[in-house]
Amino acid sequence: MAALEKIPDKKETVIDAHNISKVYNADTVPVHAVNNVHLHLLKGEFTALVGPSGSGKTTLLNLIGGLDKPDSGQIYINGVDITRLSSGRLIDFRLQNIGFVFQSFNLIPVLTARENVEFIMLLQGKGSSVRDRRVKQLFGQIQMENKLDSRPAQLSGGQQQRVAVARALASKPKFVLADEPTANLDSQSASNLLDIMLKLNREEGMTFLFSTHDQRVIDRARRVIRLVDGRIVSDTAAVSTAHTQ
Amino acid sequence: MWLIKLSWKNIWRNRSRSMITIAAIFFAVILSVLASSLQEGVFDNLVKNVVSFYTGYVQVHQKGYWDEQVLDNSFPATASLQHQIIRNKNVSALTPRLESFALASSGDITKGALVVGIDPDRENDITSIRQKIVDGRYLVDTDRMVLIAQGFAGKLKLKVNDTVVLIGQGYHGAMAAGKYPVKGIIKFGSPELNDRTLFMPISAAADLYGAGGMATSYVLSLHDLTRLQGTASAISSSLGPGYEVMTWEEIMPEVMQHIRTDTNSMKYIQGILYLLICFGIFGTLLMVMVERKYEMGMLLAIGMKKRRLAGLLMLESMFTVCTGCILGIVVSIPLVYYLHKFPLRMGGETAKAYEKFGFEAVFPTSANPSNFITQGLIVLAVGLVLSLYPIYKIIRLDPVTAMKR
Repeated sequence: MAALEKIPDKKETVIDAHNISKVYNADTVPVHAVNNVHLHLLKGEFTALVGPSGSGKTTLLNLIGGLDKPDSGQIYINGVDITRLSSGRLIDFRLQNIGFVFQSFNLIPVLTARENVEFIMLLQGKGSSVRDRRVKQLFGQIQMENKLDSRPAQLSGGQQQRVAVARALASKPKFVLADEPTANLDSQSASNLLDIMLKLNREEGMTFLFSTHDQRVIDRARRVIRLVDGRIVSDTAAVSTAHTQ
Repeated sequence: MWLIKLSWKNIWRNRSRSMITIAAIFFAVILSVLASSLQEGVFDNLVKNVVSFYTGYVQVHQKGYWDEQVLDNSFPATASLQHQIIRNKNVSALTPRLESFALASSGDITKGALVVGIDPDRENDITSIRQKIVDGRYLVDTDRMVLIAQGFAGKLKLKVNDTVVLIGQGYHGAMAAGKYPVKGIIKFGSPELNDRTLFMPISAAADLYGAGGMATSYVLSLHDLTRLQGTASAISSSLGPGYEVMTWEEIMPEVMQHIRTDTNSMKYIQGILYLLICFGIFGTLLMVMVERKYEMGMLLAIGMKKRRLAGLLMLESMFTVCTGCILGIVVSIPLVYYLHKFPLRMGGETAKAYEKFGFEAVFPTSANPSNFITQGLIVLAVGLVLSLYPIYKIIRLDPVTAMKR
């Protein structure tokens, strides 16, 4: 908790979670997936959530992302307590405020890379000129201008994950949650993806919170939060290698 | 619009499976349309055959005649009455009949006969009786001669130009007697008619029975057979309570019963076809829900509303059903029309049995457009009902659970 207090409070608070807990009843034995966690994230942070398997990383991301509800505690996203939102309003809230990147890319296979990125903006009801501009900008940032019309099956894993990151950013969310984004990538692709995420973090001021096992990813995070048995055991601002270069 | 495009693209995600589902719907629609068209065509043909034998599509009698078929229940066959009936635009032809019974004798043989007085030309317009002549010639108005059914002629051992003697009771108890040369022999498919019927011009029958200007029935044919009941009701209303107007369905309830029974049997066959369609569509929907559960969870996670996702899946099943359905109907239209124009012909014993009853041994299809529309709508309804399953699953879908590998 001491680490939380060290974060300068001049910036806008994006995520503010208080005392959140989530218990699963695994065969009638309660499992505390997330146990009384406090988390405070400011705009523009690039934070890694680390910990062994079963430590509660994904559950915490699901709770912060509004995919799951905590058994206790409050989660404020940009000042809105998402634990009080109905499931219908939560879907809308996620669409407008949160970008998701998943471990296994999860692009829609029948759509081209461009259409996958546009998809989220279509859900938001944005017009075609806005969509076109944003698609061009994002594909420039992820350096895939020449792959706009490729289907996911025609792209490598790394390229697919870059498109997934572009999709997460297309809606101009308040922050991006990424669950083990590099887990299915080789080291070069993982490094490229990290470069792009850091670039977007710098250029767009986008807040990233991602879970990872990968030490190379952890090394490049500016802040590392370690979870063990559903509790935050450390929260350290790590110096990103890339950032210091 | 983008939802429609996406759903269309999703159908072709698993091309073989979609093709199999569409093919199942396609063949089921063709079979179903063919079965119902064939059934309707065969029944139409049966009705046409039976009705054109004798009864006509509609008959008008004096009230009470059908329950007690005697000459005393006849009515004056006036021009104004005929005009009143013909005024109905669906009536294509009308002919009067004077029917009664008599004893027919030839040599030392005497048999009961159904004597039917007809207007030769107008009768032919409705029942094509002229075509049934197997020996001799057809009647003219002024004849004092008879046409005798082949079976009956055999029983009385009569040939063309022989004489038959008729004796019976005339109008209002008068004596009816006369002798008539046989002008022709006609053959009926129905043994009931073939073994006891005798035709003569209505004026001759009126003289025989002392019932000048009277008729026991008007026999009508119609333009549009689908408006049978409506036409009968309209005529009945215009004639008033003194007359009874009966459709062929009321005159021959046994034929109607046969059609109803056979229609019910066909419903079972069609039920099996619809079940086949159900399995095809439902199997696909089940597979889609299992295969794309993770993706659906992801779509909910990134902010796609459940109703949009449900709409997407509903569109996918509708596209699949409609594609199969439209293709099935498009292919079945020329097929049905071909079989309507060139009906299936039976051979062997079945053909002989049909011909014995004076029926042409053919299975024509009905080209009634309602068959295509009905089958299409039924299959569409099946698809709509089944697409409630993915909607139900989507409503209950939890993105976290769905995205668990």
